[in-house]
Amino acid sequence: MAKVHQFEVIVVGAGGAGLMAGLYASRGAKTAIISKLYPTRSHTGAAQGGISAALGNYEEDKPEWHTYDTVKGSDYLGDQDAIEFMTSEAIDAVLELEHMGLPFDRTPEGKISQRPFGGHTNNETGKPVRRAAHAADRTGHMILQTLYQQCLKNEVNFFDEFQVLDFIMVNGKAAGVVAVELATGELHTFHAKAIIFATGGHGRIFEVTSNAYAYTGDGAAILLRHGVPLQDMEFFQFHPTGIYKLGILITEGVRGEGGILINGKGERFMPKYAPTVKDLASRDVVSRAIYTEIKAGNGVDGKNYVYLDVRPESVNKFAALDGRTNLDGSPYNITGEQVLAKLPDIIDFCRVYLGVDPITQMMPIQPTAHYTMGGIPTNKYGEVVVDDKGTTVPGLYAAGECACVSVHGANRLGTNSLLDIVVFGKHAGLRAAEYAKQAEFEKMPENAESASMSNFEALRNGSGRENSFDISTELKQVMFEDVGIYRNEKDMAAALEKVRELQKRFKDVKVTDTGKVFNTELLNAWELGNLLEVAEVVAVSALNRKESRGGHSREDYPERDDKEWLKHTLVTKQNGELKIHYKPVVITKYQPKARVY
Amino acid sequence: MEITVKIFRYNPEKDQRGNYVTYKVEAHENDRVLDVLEYIKGKVDGTLSFRRSCAHGVCGSDAMRINGRNMLACKTLVRDTGANITVEPILGLPIKKDLISDMEPFFDNYKKMLPYFINEDPIPENGRERLQSQEERARFDETTKCILCACCTTSCPSYWANGEYYGPAAIVSAHRFIFDSRDQAADERLQILAETDGIARCHTAYNCTEACPREIKVTKAIGEVKMAMITGKLD
Repeated sequence: MAKVHQFEVIVVGAGGAGLMAGLYASRGAKTAIISKLYPTRSHTGAAQGGISAALGNYEEDKPEWHTYDTVKGSDYLGDQDAIEFMTSEAIDAVLELEHMGLPFDRTPEGKISQRPFGGHTNNETGKPVRRAAHAADRTGHMILQTLYQQCLKNEVNFFDEFQVLDFIMVNGKAAGVVAVELATGELHTFHAKAIIFATGGHGRIFEVTSNAYAYTGDGAAILLRHGVPLQDMEFFQFHPTGIYKLGILITEGVRGEGGILINGKGERFMPKYAPTVKDLASRDVVSRAIYTEIKAGNGVDGKNYVYLDVRPESVNKFAALDGRTNLDGSPYNITGEQVLAKLPDIIDFCRVYLGVDPITQMMPIQPTAHYTMGGIPTNKYGEVVVDDKGTTVPGLYAAGECACVSVHGANRLGTNSLLDIVVFGKHAGLRAAEYAKQAEFEKMPENAESASMSNFEALRNGSGRENSFDISTELKQVMFEDVGIYRNEKDMAAALEKVRELQKRFKDVKVTDTGKVFNTELLNAWELGNLLEVAEVVAVSALNRKESRGGHSREDYPERDDKEWLKHTLVTKQNGELKIHYKPVVITKYQPKARVY
Repeated sequence: MEITVKIFRYNPEKDQRGNYVTYKVEAHENDRVLDVLEYIKGKVDGTLSFRRSCAHGVCGSDAMRINGRNMLACKTLVRDTGANITVEPILGLPIKKDLISDMEPFFDNYKKMLPYFINEDPIPENGRERLQSQEERARFDETTKCILCACCTTSCPSYWANGEYYGPAAIVSAHRFIFDSRDQAADERLQILAETDGIARCHTAYNCTEACPREIKVTKAIGEVKMAMITGKLD
């Protein structure tokens, strides 16, 4: 028998979205946050460059420009009402973080410092604008720490190192979750009125990724099994600058500070692809440019990487050529010491993992699987929406990377993810507490944990003919190669077939660890099951969308097709079969037009 | 290259005490020790247990003793360890299984520091940020880097000798707020650290500074807190 707990609101996941949701929900309802990691281990902590808001601390900026940039960045697939909501909340969201003690870097006047980032512009001049509020190159780390600290201050309940395995729905309403306590192997049921999923993305379906091991799409997979659709799963962001082979992220802030991309011939190539903002174009554009260079034989030594150059002499040379100036009009000039002060972690990563010192050497980089644009469909209050008519599941919420509001559409702008988690985490928390105050607890079914138990039993009793490490490796390779930056019908169809073959082989995996205490083998196998399930949805969605838009680039359909495809994909699972549906994109002010940077 | 990895193994459900098991595996010099552990778990012995998440030194999950020194397995490369690697759990915390330690005592000490921003004044009337000069911000920059991995605390001889000592990581967390010009609870934190199990137990062995994977000068930060306690001044 499982141990039973009861809370009005349960939050699953303790990254930025989960902590913000928990903080706000706990003010109005009895709340607990359940996380498979200690909260400070969450992947929000890996975000580097900044959080966007039109604070205008250095130069003129406005939320309307932020809205337009985000719509354009999304390749017009983002819902404009949700985007407008997010950018209008952005300034207050960032100021609230400062009021919570977040140690932002400062301007000479003592205000929050801001830096340029890809796709964020002054809409009148088209030039990059300083919109990303930052704490060195560890902004996500500081957000995660600050929110966790505020949760401690406000005595929010935590269940650390508890893996949520299942969602319980009764009478069409949220009723609870089932979790396993990692330290003991005991199952626990959490009876709740409202449940907020904030479980992060699923970048671990790809071989080269900046994402944590924990990014296995747990929340998305759990809800898919309960009939909830997943939206726009074909849209996955490949960040242009990952450390070659390792995929570790090198922040766009490097280019914000003046870094440039250089191909194997020693040429700066971004002006060919984005004549106005050059190296600070949006991520999908830059990642495609890098791959186009590599395909044209312009990779370094004929290999599949190029260089990112932040050596002061290079930065200063190209800044002079571009006419980049400081705010007082003097020529932009940076020293090695300043680079080190602004980007300490990046310098450290390169020294440790590459043996390269970015102050004196160029960094070998390649695009890395980075961010899940798609996910669990929600409205701007975090309520999970299951169809094209706005139908919600009472008591069920999602926020952060696992959710799809959709504010990022086909391509997310850098710094908008940290904004997303703070804004929508807050609103999901508020809405869940409000709902819980007027709702009754649904009656939990007896043996709510039985599905989770039989799932574990199956993993323990497999034939052992297959090895999960091999299945995982093969999945990541095929997804990265054939459902990656460039896609086509033939390769994706083969990849989908491969994923389904791997799903079959997965049934023959046997977990050898029979213990209860920290059975990480069992949990990793369970996570692999989620990855296999989510990867299939990604492949099916990508194969189905016959156009190129944002992060979804098809060699066989190279153009965006607004006539046929200006719509969101929804995929549901019915009796083991994936079904595709659509819903319209919300367009308010900005009609789609060609996207030029 | 072939490497030899000697790993501390302990299964509380079977073993009276821990023992070392040696694995010989192929590895590349640029592999992280974490990659090696993942390979052993994936292909040789699935029961091997350890924590990990981000795999690039920012989440703090995989602090271990590698060849006798506290390090993050994801930030230590085979080219730095050489072909013979010994991996053990960090010292001074109860071992739960293999390389997994009980982190509760560590986080309990962290929580004693009032590790959150305290300023009871209303926010500025215009609703904007509290101002802070670049110099004031720089004063506590270093200790904001802490990822709570426990490398420092579990390398500290005073902590090994007396597990009631709050330990370097907790003091680093206190430092981050004590020297933040916007915070108002420095005195309370200094009082907490003046208790028997507080800062007096630091005997400046410097192990903490050497162990920190974030290159925080931990001993210096502790020294600054000691000075603040003695002088009553925060500058």
